[in-house]
Amino acid sequence: MARVSSTAKVELRGVKKRFGRKVVLDGLDLTIEPGQSLVVIGGSGTGKSVMIKCVLGILRPEAGEIYVDGMEATRLRGRGRDAFLRKFGMLFQGAALFDSLFVWENVAFGLIQGRGMQRSKARDIAMEKLAKVGLSAEVGELCPAELSGGMQKRVGLARAIAADPEIIFFDEPTTGLDPIMADVINNLIVDTVRGTGTTTLSITHDLVSARKIADRIAMLYKGKIIWEGPTAEIDHSGNPYVDQFIHGRAEGPIKMEVKA
Amino acid sequence: MNFFASIGRTTLDLLREIGRFNIFAIESVSGIVRPPIFWPLILKQIMRIGFYSLPVVGLTAFFTGGVLALQIYIGAARYGAEQFVPVVVLVGILRELGPVIAGLMVAGRVAAAIAAELGTMRVTEQIDALTTLATDPIKYLVVPRWVAAVISLPILVFIADVIGVFGGYVASTQSLGFTGSIYLNNTMNALNNHDIASGLIKAAFFGFIIALMGCYYGFHSKGGAQGVGSATTSAVVTSSILILATNYILTNIFNFFSF
Repeated sequence: MARVSSTAKVELRGVKKRFGRKVVLDGLDLTIEPGQSLVVIGGSGTGKSVMIKCVLGILRPEAGEIYVDGMEATRLRGRGRDAFLRKFGMLFQGAALFDSLFVWENVAFGLIQGRGMQRSKARDIAMEKLAKVGLSAEVGELCPAELSGGMQKRVGLARAIAADPEIIFFDEPTTGLDPIMADVINNLIVDTVRGTGTTTLSITHDLVSARKIADRIAMLYKGKIIWEGPTAEIDHSGNPYVDQFIHGRAEGPIKMEVKA
Repeated sequence: MNFFASIGRTTLDLLREIGRFNIFAIESVSGIVRPPIFWPLILKQIMRIGFYSLPVVGLTAFFTGGVLALQIYIGAARYGAEQFVPVVVLVGILRELGPVIAGLMVAGRVAAAIAAELGTMRVTEQIDALTTLATDPIKYLVVPRWVAAVISLPILVFIADVIGVFGGYVASTQSLGFTGSIYLNNTMNALNNHDIASGLIKAAFFGFIIALMGCYYGFHSKGGAQGVGSATTSAVVTSSILILATNYILTNIFNFFSF
């Protein structure tokens, strides 16, 4: 595990990942500074989720290095990897709640199983986090299947922040929600994360959401970051790909691959 | 497409699949010696795999034992060897039909359920979520299931043995005119530890196969509902075939050592 003289919280260098012959990440470079909220935008199937899964070690990249707090993460195993994963929280696109467990057990899962906390104590924290995302204690006693999509997302958010992680990943936090619920989730993300010093990486194709939660925005296209800058600059990036994406035009340099 | 390229691609795919399976199997087996071990989950799985399979296994064992007695009688009567029916039923049930029938029934019930459950968890990213919560999905999902199956199957098979022999007794006394006390006496005299033990050892292997196949196909399912469906089918088909093949190999090994 090589240390590098960098202040970055998360740094990806030349990360390559392919599935069979399909190249998904093609030498991706990305840096997230501590406490920063970076949003990666990009079309469907451009490898946004794959990028996050590579950082978490769910997928193993073929080439490149991933540094978290200056430690190389792609070769971690066993206890080192457990300690590494405890730095992270993640909100999944479909919330990914465990449907065999109660809502509060979902929120407390990382505390009980991942960190060996006592159930009663973990339950108190879970209820507190549920309150933070605007859900009552009664909701904590329900099963995830009894909740609406928006409520599931909120529970997912509560689970992601339950252990006060240093880094939180948001995978399409607003996809599949109505505009008002999407805004509620955006506000919750901003409220629960800002001021806590948490570093966040979000991936989305929802620009309203991106503008709201991002300090910086990066655009992923064909497995590479083709533009990165402060949120305010996205409207005058001077990059034809970014312009096409944020204005949602079918015509432009980005060609939709209709034939699979 | 080039003919040779397609051969090469198929070979590589096959090797990749074998490698992936072996890594999965090694991690699953070694998970039992790497803490943490989730004891409550093992108990829960014993209930689901073992206890809830009892009705299915019991009923099939009863009818199998009965039909075995009826068929053996037909063969034995040609040589005037009807008195061997109890012994042959006993050995047949203990050594072969008890473990194999129970194994196949549990494969249909449990391998399918495991593959569908884990497959759905995979597709809805619940397995990835486990990882992000610093919990190894192999230890949390796979290890409790295979341990529970290895514990449950011998118990199930033992019960299936008793019920199967009883099925033979019922058929023999009701349809074949055997006297109950004589049938039981013959059965008890023929009873021996090797017959029982060899069936139970087989059962433990079958339990491992069932759970591992269910977990493997569930774990690697992809592509939504259809993917989960085909994972379920593959789990049942593969575990059934492996049970029959393993049974053949184990019987050979037992015979070789006169066990």
